Amino acid sequence: MSNILSVMTFLPIVGVLLLLFIPKGSNGALRSVALVTTVVTFIASLPILTGYQTNAEYQFVENVPWIAAGPFAMRYNIGIDGISLWLVILTTFIMPIAVLSTWTAVEDKVKEYMICLLILETAMLGAFISLDLFLFYIFWELMLIPMYFMIGIWGGKNRLYATVKFFIYTLVGSLLMLVALIYLYFLGTKTGITDFSLVHFFDLKIDPATQTWLFAAFALAFAIKVPMFPVHTWLPDAHTEAPTAGSVILAAIMLKMGTYGFIRFAMPLFPEATHQFTPLIATLAVIGIIYAALVAMVQEDVKKLVAYSSVAHLGFVMLGLFALNEQGVTGALLQNLNHGISTGALFLIVGFIYERRHTRLITDFGGLSKQMPIFAVIFMIVTLSSVALPGTNGFVGEFLILVGGFESSLRWWTIVASSGVIFAAVYMLWMFQRVMFGELDNPKNQALLDLNAREIAIMVPLLVMIFVLGVYPNPFIEKMTPSIKKVIAHTRIEPITTAKVAVPAVVPAAEAVPADHAAPVQPVTEPAAAKPAAH
Amino acid sequence: MDINVAQLFQTINLNVIMPEVILSVLGMALLLVNVFVPSKSKGYLAWLSLIGIVGAGFAAVTGWGTTVSSFSDSVVQDNFAIFFKIIFLLAAGLAVLISDQYMSREECNHGELYPIILFTTVGMMLMAAATDLMTIFLGLELMSISLYVLAGFNRDSIKSNEAGMKYFLLGAFSTGFLLYGMALIYGVTGTTRVAKIAALVTQVGGASNTMLLIGMFLMLTGFLFKIAAAPFHMWTPDVYEGAPTPMTAFMSAGPKAAGFAAMLRLLLVAFPSMIADWSDLLWILAVLTMTVGNFTALRQDNIKRMLAYSSIAHAGYCLVGFASGTATGTSGILFYMLSYTFMNIGAFAVIVLIGKKGEPNGTVMDYAGLGHKRPLLALAMTIFMFSLAGMPPTAGFIGKFYLFSGAVQAGYIWLAIIGVLNSAASVYYYLRVIVYMYFKPGEEEFDWFSVTAPVALALVVSAAGSLIPGIIPSMILQFAQQAVKLI
Repeated sequence: MSNILSVMTFLPIVGVLLLLFIPKGSNGALRSVALVTTVVTFIASLPILTGYQTNAEYQFVENVPWIAAGPFAMRYNIGIDGISLWLVILTTFIMPIAVLSTWTAVEDKVKEYMICLLILETAMLGAFISLDLFLFYIFWELMLIPMYFMIGIWGGKNRLYATVKFFIYTLVGSLLMLVALIYLYFLGTKTGITDFSLVHFFDLKIDPATQTWLFAAFALAFAIKVPMFPVHTWLPDAHTEAPTAGSVILAAIMLKMGTYGFIRFAMPLFPEATHQFTPLIATLAVIGIIYAALVAMVQEDVKKLVAYSSVAHLGFVMLGLFALNEQGVTGALLQNLNHGISTGALFLIVGFIYERRHTRLITDFGGLSKQMPIFAVIFMIVTLSSVALPGTNGFVGEFLILVGGFESSLRWWTIVASSGVIFAAVYMLWMFQRVMFGELDNPKNQALLDLNAREIAIMVPLLVMIFVLGVYPNPFIEKMTPSIKKVIAHTRIEPITTAKVAVPAVVPAAEAVPADHAAPVQPVTEPAAAKPAAH
Repeated sequence: MDINVAQLFQTINLNVIMPEVILSVLGMALLLVNVFVPSKSKGYLAWLSLIGIVGAGFAAVTGWGTTVSSFSDSVVQDNFAIFFKIIFLLAAGLAVLISDQYMSREECNHGELYPIILFTTVGMMLMAAATDLMTIFLGLELMSISLYVLAGFNRDSIKSNEAGMKYFLLGAFSTGFLLYGMALIYGVTGTTRVAKIAALVTQVGGASNTMLLIGMFLMLTGFLFKIAAAPFHMWTPDVYEGAPTPMTAFMSAGPKAAGFAAMLRLLLVAFPSMIADWSDLLWILAVLTMTVGNFTALRQDNIKRMLAYSSIAHAGYCLVGFASGTATGTSGILFYMLSYTFMNIGAFAVIVLIGKKGEPNGTVMDYAGLGHKRPLLALAMTIFMFSLAGMPPTAGFIGKFYLFSGAVQAGYIWLAIIGVLNSAASVYYYLRVIVYMYFKPGEEEFDWFSVTAPVALALVVSAAGSLIPGIIPSMILQFAQQAVKLI
């Protein structure tokens, strides 16, 4: 099937149309249709996994004209490479879980809720597969609308504040990106580029001064979504107020949009600026790691704690990305997936206990492991994966990030960031201890039921992925590697020398060479690269 | 002076103004018919005017692609005029659709309403088609005087009276400026033909000619008043609030587009050589207009006042496209005006249904719970709000994209940045309506007006018009592109 990506992306919309014909109130039917739609979407997305050729090219490409008027030509240009492949699969994989997780949690306006979920899925998939900048922007913005309603209608007590903050924050960033995007296009037209296709802009030689502000505009949009310190403040609010499925989707998929944006757009499009901004971004990432960990430690609300742990985890991802070497970027992308699975699972767990007790305060719990043994085991596994215990998914990603960081120009940042690993263990395990162990002294907790079959069914796929990724991550890495190399080559300032170095770079020992090379090469080649661009 | 009648008729080609003729004749006929229609069934007049509007629309589109001038070059039928005529007819049609229910409720359903709407439309069409200063003035006055009447149409309401009066006094004042400017231009160049002015402007020294500069700016003042650009916007909130809601809807879309039409033609055809001067003025006004509009709208509880300030902001966005002077920006204005007609009249159509008798100016709080009780109506309002806010995939987004692109293309990057920051601020007050509709519980005993067939039709058309051009904009964009090729 050549149009498999389109089919997959718009299947949820078919589900929306079906939902429209189901009368309000028949909640069972509404939930089933939404579940079937997301499962079918997941199955429909599997052929891209099996059919994926391990190379750096964009695959399953569809490229047809869409808007053509005036100076612009937008194309419906979609395709995936090793970077987006797993994010697409992650999205389709998480969505049925998200639907199942709200099976009993959402009783009110089920129809609208499911419609929001499905539109959100289409928007997220669309953003991951877009190879046209304008198309990407449309999907990117479209994501905001269903999430806004999900938090605003089905969220917690303080949902209004959270949802408006979420909306405005993310919108400000992306609107500036829009201006940069338009500017980039007009820059391209001078060299004969006639559409918004991403690949056309890669070879554009932009002078470093212009790159600086273009990168800044793109980076702000992505940094808000990541979210990086100090623009992360919308996230704890949004996470805490969102319904369980909303938190799961936010953590597991939507935050990935930010890091994905960096590696797909901001870094390869503006290589000089990337190097220029690396110290700043690394600093912010490290501050994020430490700061979020410290804040997480003092949280009384489990969900807020998990939300802040997200900020810390994504700080690691950003550090890995800006190490700009193979290990670092691979680790970052892997950690992206891991965070999606582990933190998604954590939010589900928080959802389970919230549904039972309608509280999320750590002090309200204690000793739950005696009452809920299955839950305790699952919670333990997820917690350990979140603190990156070897054998779980979190370890592989974090290890690669730290290795990559040490071997790059970010050595000192990495050393500081390493302490974040310890902090993470502290706040996660402490939280686990206070919730699960100790005396079961609260009478309300003594009547708690253990997980039911549906809840176990939700968690099993995630647990399986935690171990698969933790023990045997190679198949995942293999499919990413060629694309990662290509991005790194794009981001290096002198593409010719990197092409030569990149071949032996497969041997890990040789990785130190290009990383060290990058710094001295930079000032020499910069004017040389800039000069032909001026003419 | 002896007039050769045969020669005179040769220069008259009625086809050029056929849509205007249709509407004028129908309007006068309806004034007569009105006498025989009992006051309970003025709705028939609405349907009759609608037929005329559709007919005029057909008459207008048949000329697409050709440029025919008539009446000694004072009126032209070209793509530009036709595009705007379609906008005006849509605005008039939608306004007529939502009028009957509201006017009956407010007990001011006098039959003159529909003919006056038609005459306003004729005025607006003349403004878009005029290629002579005098014809522009003629159209502007026909439009304005009819609008003064429409604003004060609910004669039992003090607010409506105030609106009509205020609009009239300030409008007359701005017309004075316009006329004075025209007089100065005529004094300097010796002609009132827009096309001839362009050549003469360079002869008399362009921007170095003070009289010409003053004349141009005075004329601009007149138009800026009509499009409610800051600092000539003061009348807007009061007039919009006081006027009957369907007329507010009409006023916010049609005359604004007409103002832009005349301004575009005048500046692009007569003063292209002075672009540096007018574009400097326009970007300053664009920044001012956007900012004043948006930041005042943030504080409004009354939804009509909020939309009045938001319409000021929207004029500001269009001025961003205008200031660039590029084809992208100017065709963006055309696209934007078309989509704005749908989304804004759509929003006002919802307001028409929400208002209570005697207290037609609902606050945002009155929308609490609408999402539960009238999901479809709330959905429509959501589409309009998101489109006004410029969220993809709506027409409002594509429109803003083209307007801001024009600015970027012309090198006004910071202007585009101010523009997008402004639209980010605007999102707050549009979202507020959505917040009340979906996130706040409503009063139980509150009952809204039922949706009658004409209003439902208007809502469906508006919603489709706000959504479809956002997803498949190519065709309309191409029409807009062809339309701005003025010379």
